[in-house]
Amino acid sequence: MEEKKLELVEFPILARRYKTLLTIKYAQRKAYVPPNPNEIRSVIPGTIIELKKKKGAKLKAGETILILEAMKMLNKVAMPFDGKIKKIHVSKGQKIAKGHLMVELEPKK
Amino acid sequence: MSLKKHILDLRKRREKVQLGGGQKAIEKQMAMGKMTARSRILALLDDESFTEYDLFVEHEARDFGMDKKQLHGDGVIIGTGTIYGAPVCIFAQDFTVAGGSLGLMHARKITKIMDHALKMRVPLIGINDSGGARIQEGVNSLAGYGEIFYRNTVASGVIPQISVILGPCAGGAVYSPALTDFVFVVDNISKMFITGPNVIKTVLGEEISMEELGGARVHAEITGNAHFYAASELECFEQIKKLITFIPWNNTQKAKVFPPCDPKFKGNIEDIIPSDPKEPYDVRDVIKAIVDDSDFFEIQEFFAPNIVIGFGRMNGQTVGFVANQPLVLAGVLDCDSSDKAARFIRYCDSFDIPIITLEDMPGYLPGADQEHAGVIRHGAKVLYAYSEATVPKITVILRKAYGGGYIAMNSRHLGADFMFAWPSAEIAVMGPEGAANIIFKKDIEEADDPDAMRDIKVQEYIERFANPYVAAAKGYIDSVIEPSETRQLLLHAIDVSGNKSDQRPYKKHGIPPF
Repeated sequence: MEEKKLELVEFPILARRYKTLLTIKYAQRKAYVPPNPNEIRSVIPGTIIELKKKKGAKLKAGETILILEAMKMLNKVAMPFDGKIKKIHVSKGQKIAKGHLMVELEPKK
Repeated sequence: MSLKKHILDLRKRREKVQLGGGQKAIEKQMAMGKMTARSRILALLDDESFTEYDLFVEHEARDFGMDKKQLHGDGVIIGTGTIYGAPVCIFAQDFTVAGGSLGLMHARKITKIMDHALKMRVPLIGINDSGGARIQEGVNSLAGYGEIFYRNTVASGVIPQISVILGPCAGGAVYSPALTDFVFVVDNISKMFITGPNVIKTVLGEEISMEELGGARVHAEITGNAHFYAASELECFEQIKKLITFIPWNNTQKAKVFPPCDPKFKGNIEDIIPSDPKEPYDVRDVIKAIVDDSDFFEIQEFFAPNIVIGFGRMNGQTVGFVANQPLVLAGVLDCDSSDKAARFIRYCDSFDIPIITLEDMPGYLPGADQEHAGVIRHGAKVLYAYSEATVPKITVILRKAYGGGYIAMNSRHLGADFMFAWPSAEIAVMGPEGAANIIFKKDIEEADDPDAMRDIKVQEYIERFANPYVAAAKGYIDSVIEPSETRQLLLHAIDVSGNKSDQRPYKKHGIPPF
């Protein structure tokens, strides 16, 4: 395995700071981002098959917004609460990864 | 009529079949920088020791024009041989024959040699180099994989199982190596993944190379699927041979005992470790100062390097080492290092190999990523593995042993047989700074100079509690030792625990936090 450049860093555990090396995996870890309830993100990679609703549409909880084909299944992506579609970020036929922002919502006041 | 005619006919048949997919396919294999299946077996086993079976096996597939195709040996070579005199069963998939694809008879050959290995109670080595299931044989090839997995599981903990990935190993095929004890990979040659780059491209439109997705380096460093990483096939075979010298042939025997040998290390062992518990050092130097010939055979060197595992010998007898590595991530326990240590502890316990634990760790790795990745579930594996193990278990606390980490790293409370601590050991519920902040919160807050008061209280805590004597006073530590006595005391501990008997209540099996 090729040599990585190794540098000791300060590494805090509880109230103490240790001098140590980091692993690539640790250095590349993703910071926690709290989920935004007004965003619908894909939970599985797949293809957008159909957009059932348009921007600005007022929907009731449970209504289907779009169909995401993944793992040979047609997954209905539904409205999580009563509200309005603020913006649609995907188009028909688009292939998306897991965690991709699909729809932005605005809850009913 | 003499038998001569028949013998000549046999030779001719053998010669033809032993060429596998033929000269052209062999040249193609070599152009990829790969050895052929047969040359791999011959390079790995002792000279003249390989005996082949099922050379003339042929497939029975009829669909898709398969009835007109002859696939020599059905794409896999099986047989028996020896490594440094130790008997082994071996199979090697032959990529030159239909891409080493797995059909029914191919799988039957593999399961035959697996059954043989289990019956004879000898190690099994599988060399994987296959494009995957033979699609033309349909569900029969799936049946083949399933029957291999079943045998891997039945044999687990009875005979050592070694997988060598020397080519593609994709889809269902990866699960046989994953069920075995040790997986070997070679740079640029080994590729393992469940869904390949093509599928990822189709589904996601993302481009990723085979190497980036599931190359040797990825599995050695990121996933932990591989235990040994080599730059070439020949280096890989040397690693396998060395591993074979450390492990027993099966779970009822002891590993071969070698002539005792002093460590090559000739310094003061205490000079390896800085007295400031915040300063790092390489714990492998401590292991090398303790083991015979300073020969430490590390496993999973690049995966979760914040814990070090591997084999060494003490007076010629194989011992498993588990050691926190302060050089990397301060030696914390996290999801990966817990997983790595727990599996190794269970390996040692299955194959009657005593475990020596060297402890110097500040606790568990904090962070939302760790908590969400299940550090509770993974960390529990270490507790389970140590508590479950009935082989001789010896711990030496070198420096820090704080909190949950103190309990986890083979403490007396999990059934350690011998607990030694260097005088530099700090056995406490947490690091002195953290403890002082909590215990003396009021004193610090109400002081005119809180920082000065904190320093005083931290110092007070260090003097009273950051040492091995509080634990020794309770008998949690058997002996506070001078670092220079370490090897002698470990040798003694192993000597006197040769007849250890630790009977547990009957159960079918436990339910470890997988």
